[in-house]
Amino acid sequence: MTKIVRETAHGDAIRFSLFAVLILAMPVWLVPFGAAYPDLMQKFAIYGLFAIGFNILFGLTGYLSFGHAAFLGVGSYTAVWSFKLLGMNPLPAIALAILLAGAFAWVIGYVSLRRTGIYFAILTLAFAQMSYNLAYSVLTPITNGETGLRVLNSDPRVLDHMMGAGEVDGPLVTNLFGMEMSGLPGFYFCAVWLLIGMFISFRIFRSPFGLMLMAIKSNQNRMNYTGISTRPYALTAFVISGMYAGLAGALLCVTDPLAGAERMQWTASGEVVLMTILGGAGTLLGPMLGAGIIKYSENIFSAFNEQTLHNIFGFLPDGIEGAVVSVAGLFVGEGWHLTLGLLFMLIVIFLPGGLIEGGHRIQAAVARRGKGGGSGHQAQPQAAE
Amino acid sequence: MVDFLNPSRRGVLKGGAAVGAGLAMPTIFSSKAWAADYLNKPTGDTVTFGFNVPQTGPYADEGADELRAYQLAVKHLNGEGDGGMLNTMNPTVLTGNGVLGKKVAFVTGDTQTKSDAARASAKRMIEKDGALMITGGSSSGVAIAVQSLCQEAGVIFMAGLTHSNDTTGKDKRRNGFRHFFNAYMSGAALAPVLKDEYGNDRKAYHLTADYTWGWTQEESIKNSTEALGWETVNAVRTPLGAGDFSQYITPVLNSDADVLILNHYGKDMVNSLTQAVQFGLRDKQVNGKDFAVVVPLYSRLMAQGAGENVKGILGTTNWHWSLQDEGSKAFVKSFGEEYGFPPSQAAHTCYVQAILYADACERAGTFAPCGVVEALEGFEFDGMGNGPTLYRAADHQCFKKVLVVKGNENPTSQFDILEVVQEVPAEQVTYDPSIFGGELGECNNGA
Repeated sequence: MTKIVRETAHGDAIRFSLFAVLILAMPVWLVPFGAAYPDLMQKFAIYGLFAIGFNILFGLTGYLSFGHAAFLGVGSYTAVWSFKLLGMNPLPAIALAILLAGAFAWVIGYVSLRRTGIYFAILTLAFAQMSYNLAYSVLTPITNGETGLRVLNSDPRVLDHMMGAGEVDGPLVTNLFGMEMSGLPGFYFCAVWLLIGMFISFRIFRSPFGLMLMAIKSNQNRMNYTGISTRPYALTAFVISGMYAGLAGALLCVTDPLAGAERMQWTASGEVVLMTILGGAGTLLGPMLGAGIIKYSENIFSAFNEQTLHNIFGFLPDGIEGAVVSVAGLFVGEGWHLTLGLLFMLIVIFLPGGLIEGGHRIQAAVARRGKGGGSGHQAQPQAAE
Repeated sequence: MVDFLNPSRRGVLKGGAAVGAGLAMPTIFSSKAWAADYLNKPTGDTVTFGFNVPQTGPYADEGADELRAYQLAVKHLNGEGDGGMLNTMNPTVLTGNGVLGKKVAFVTGDTQTKSDAARASAKRMIEKDGALMITGGSSSGVAIAVQSLCQEAGVIFMAGLTHSNDTTGKDKRRNGFRHFFNAYMSGAALAPVLKDEYGNDRKAYHLTADYTWGWTQEESIKNSTEALGWETVNAVRTPLGAGDFSQYITPVLNSDADVLILNHYGKDMVNSLTQAVQFGLRDKQVNGKDFAVVVPLYSRLMAQGAGENVKGILGTTNWHWSLQDEGSKAFVKSFGEEYGFPPSQAAHTCYVQAILYADACERAGTFAPCGVVEALEGFEFDGMGNGPTLYRAADHQCFKKVLVVKGNENPTSQFDILEVVQEVPAEQVTYDPSIFGGELGECNNGA
């Protein structure tokens, strides 16, 4: 059984404002980590949104979807088509992407939610792989296959032409009423959506609807025996999280107007599961934390090469340096997946509640030390799932 | 319940301060960017190249070899090692003293053979590491995606292994350059050899990897074989990375085709060729002729994967380590001394691209992309392993000899898998740039 902790409104307000400050100040406090460049911060915000949405399904209802990348892909393709047909304004693209991803999620959810547990996971995985293969082959006229869908100068872009901004000399960049959505403005645009998404997630977690979802996770059979039909609730959660994924997919295209089929591959679906579990499934802030860590390792660790390692370990004597560099070399560069795998194993074995649980434990330890071992109730029991 | 709709006075103050601080942030970063006249202008004593290669995924072997070649090129540019092709390139202004007095530094990234990952990795190099030039890649889809990114950002893109006509055809960009040959050239070089070998009354069946490279190669090979008088029976698209091709090969057996053309690359080619041989295609007789298999784009790494099955099979490559000109010998020697085995064609084209870029900067006297573009357009050089070569201004494509190769019947070592049948001169593979459409556009200096 999960213990439901009554959170005060005041506590949530503080938490949310802290979160907002952290997100908006990313260009400053990420500098020492070497991550304060627009592209990576955009990815933090976008994948954070993706994971937050996924968490509404997985964290609250316990339904493990292995096919969320499909919605990310649908959102991306919709957004690029909106750029091509309507114009480079991101707002209609985002609106359409959310709607279409939601509709797509409804269809897949309607079928998949007839099963639970592993069968549900396999069904969603199958649907996502199907979408991926369709995008790759049969649907090439819509998706442009492996090459990816791009915006071309010859596209209609009706709204742009109406506004007299149809002919562009340079590259086509999305712009919000004249503000170009690349670099830092692009990041802030994504950050605003992330904050909106986070706010909604807060509201859902604290609502009766959220409580119902948690009840599904703790014992769906009992819910059914008491005469409550749980499926509409699960389906709603599925559609909401699909819409989050669609929004994330659209934002990926807003910051870089290109959609490729590999966004729908099962590895992308797996990634969001990893993010959520790494940070802490069912917690509010965990998925964002997990998304940040995974995107950080992908972009920073994978870029380490021997030269960088030699610079880092340059202070060591020659013989030892060589050995240290060759061992460390296994975990960076092309071996960054190994680092991630190890980290994931450590988390699952020692901190099943994710990094957030780690944070709680440290907090509890500090509190005990402060009060002389007063607050033993902080150690939380694990959910049965 | 949380009450966000009726915020406290304290909350409003806090939130306001946060938003204000956040909004003030961009100015810190933008103030510096406007100082330079082009993006990432090097201010220290080094200049940074970005090597964006597949380190994981189906083309990881090629990527690893490309990275080796790049590291060798950086060494040679900085005056370490034996200098490699710097000694044979003609004309050149490079002296092994870095580029424009700055030492060459590099950053690496993993494209994962995915457009998304490749673009993210290239963006990191440009935005964070200050790379002035991005190079690498082992897939045309990725090359085209990264090339357009570099055009938008305002840095130079020197394509690695990409064979699609589109890279310098309909998707060409002013800031992008390709040294590698393309599908059209493969067709033009291969056709006369096919005619000599198999005559001009053949029926061809194509299996094609379903993406930009496969499509353009199928089209080019079809055009040049049909010009010989061959008939195209069927052309079937196969998904990338299919693994099992038996469902595509069985219909070949039942058709009356007598030549199978495999427009596959990497692991796909290894699998489809191996299965075609297992199905007994090569021992078959159709229409009174021996059944033949053709692999238009060959690479040594691929041939190694397919082992025995490549014997006697015809194809084309950009370069092969057994060439005996001065440039190739110098490159094979320094690569061999460094790593203990001969370089692949991917390694060769990447090495040459890095050197050509450095040479163009030196001649232009600036790293500004527009200056480099001007220096590379119409540049003629020799001594880089392919004979006299022209970087054509109209589409940024190199024109040089193309090698027609055949799987070696009696290999003497594990690297001696291909034998060169013919070195097709550049004139025979040159085409009119307008046939593929596309616009180069204006060069972009970034900032």
